[in-house]
Amino acid sequence: MLKIWTLKKNEEAAAKKKPKTSAAQIRVQKDLTELDLPSTMKTYFPDPADLLNFTLTITPDEGLYNLDVNGLPPDHTCIGMYKGGAFNFIFQINTNYPHEPPKVKCDQKIYHPNVDLQGNVCLNILREDWKPVLNLNSVMVGLQYLFLEPNTDDPLNKEAAEELRRNRDQFVQNVQRSMRGGNIKGEQYANVVAK
Amino acid sequence: MATIDTYADSGHVSVSDWDHRYYHVDQVLDRPGPRTDPDFIPGDAVKSFLRDQCKILVIGAGGLGCEILADLALSGFKDIHVIDMDTIDISNLNRQFLFRPKDVGKPKATVAAEYITRRVPGVTVTPFYGKIQDKDDDFYMQFNLVICGLDSVEARRWMNATLVNLVDPERPESLKPLIDGGTEGFKGQARVILPTITSCYECSLDMLNKQTAFPICTIANTPRLPEHCIEWASVLEWPRVHGDKKMDTDDPDHISWLYEVALKRAKEFSIEGVTWSLTQGVVKNIIPAIASTNAIIAASCCNEAFKIATSSAAYLNNYFMLIGTEGVYSYTFEHERRPNCPVCGGESVDIQVPKDWSVERLIEMLVEKQDIQIKKPSLSTPTTNIYFQAPPQLEEATRPNLERLVSDLVPEGGEVTVTATTLPFSLSLRITYV
Repeated sequence: MLKIWTLKKNEEAAAKKKPKTSAAQIRVQKDLTELDLPSTMKTYFPDPADLLNFTLTITPDEGLYNLDVNGLPPDHTCIGMYKGGAFNFIFQINTNYPHEPPKVKCDQKIYHPNVDLQGNVCLNILREDWKPVLNLNSVMVGLQYLFLEPNTDDPLNKEAAEELRRNRDQFVQNVQRSMRGGNIKGEQYANVVAK
Repeated sequence: MATIDTYADSGHVSVSDWDHRYYHVDQVLDRPGPRTDPDFIPGDAVKSFLRDQCKILVIGAGGLGCEILADLALSGFKDIHVIDMDTIDISNLNRQFLFRPKDVGKPKATVAAEYITRRVPGVTVTPFYGKIQDKDDDFYMQFNLVICGLDSVEARRWMNATLVNLVDPERPESLKPLIDGGTEGFKGQARVILPTITSCYECSLDMLNKQTAFPICTIANTPRLPEHCIEWASVLEWPRVHGDKKMDTDDPDHISWLYEVALKRAKEFSIEGVTWSLTQGVVKNIIPAIASTNAIIAASCCNEAFKIATSSAAYLNNYFMLIGTEGVYSYTFEHERRPNCPVCGGESVDIQVPKDWSVERLIEMLVEKQDIQIKKPSLSTPTTNIYFQAPPQLEEATRPNLERLVSDLVPEGGEVTVTATTLPFSLSLRITYV
């Protein structure tokens, strides 16, 4: 035992006592204060002293895209289909972050192929592909991407995914109607029009 | 012949040391071996340290913990403490051999401690039935060594960070070696962590396998496995039906509900294999435990504890892994420290701050200081967010602090955590006032 104690004495780079701030807490501080969010995303903390619980609001725009050979946007019907809406996601981070991903749920009932009616989100990095090297910025960018490129491969709202696959124009119309609080196939959606 | 010194103590009979009790162990403590550390001094002093002074803490009294407690007691440690927050379940009895059917429902720590104390004369095991987080630094400071036999990443991270924080360069004995054991089926690992000297648990966090998680859309739409049905019941159906009511994986009624729901879904998709125990296993993330793997890993942990406590042989440097899934394979390597580890890495700087300095002045100093050079630092203490550069709401909320005195927000000798994009992870400042 004495041998171990002399080790510390001999150690040159005497590491100083570290603060009691937990690793998860420091990591969240780092993630949040280094967020690099576009103007389409905003965070809101109900209690600014509590960094582990907050809401992210996404107000999607057209996103970035390349023009095709004729100088037209690709598949123009789909671009910016969720524009004008404000979508809220509740983030809950636990003390095992970043070993575990943050828990994220949409708190409105929205019409989206990858979000179900309870607000669960199908985004790979929130579950099976989460890695501690990812951060809150990656999750937020991933969420925004879902509004620019909803995909039919991982459906959570099967009706919506089916519509997107079958008839894009109809799907876009449904999105527009749902965002105003409309009813689609018997399901009443939340009014998410940005104020 | 042996002289037996017997005395009565609280209803049971204890026997202290008798001649030749430690005959075999003393073979390695009475003389050096060819590879023993040159500083090792054989003889009475080291034996007395091990048997009369050394205080060791065991975290967990489950599969590994039972083995560890027995091994420690039998190798001559006499002042052993154990912490566990669990009670004994009937399913533990196949391998947690300190427990009997009559003990089901009782705290593991208490029953294990009583058993060892009764069975091994002269050894005292002191139990604590509760969470490791219930104990403070003073509690952990009293031990020489800590051995973990845990099944949770979270508890290991906490214990590791606590022991790293405990290290005070002025007090060598504040360095508590942490020996961490872990098993999963036929696989296991034992490692020695010398807080602030070798790589710590947090340094190796990215080596962990991620827990099996299924894509939520597979669960929702195309279940193929019984596990998919169980996840559907617990991840999607529970919150939908029960709202905010929390699922308690220790409550048999909750497991039964999940089982029924999962079974119904499995029938719908013609999937076989949903059982009550699989349901419990999936939601509690139960990993099959094998008694013999626990025995190997616990023995290896206790050998290291013995070697570290006595210096009688070289100890593990620093990571041993056992893979019993394909024959027997083991590998030992030195896991290196991660310079940007949030627990043991990063720099720590002592700075002197005039009593009348505002937070703004301190930040200016950090930005200007040649040897630190931080762009846009964000500052916090363990209890307060002092100033955050982003996001906008938090910047606004903490902005009034810029004009406040540092000494109003941070106590003398207090720590400030600084993060910034230009730092690999974080920097901690220890503040003294002048």
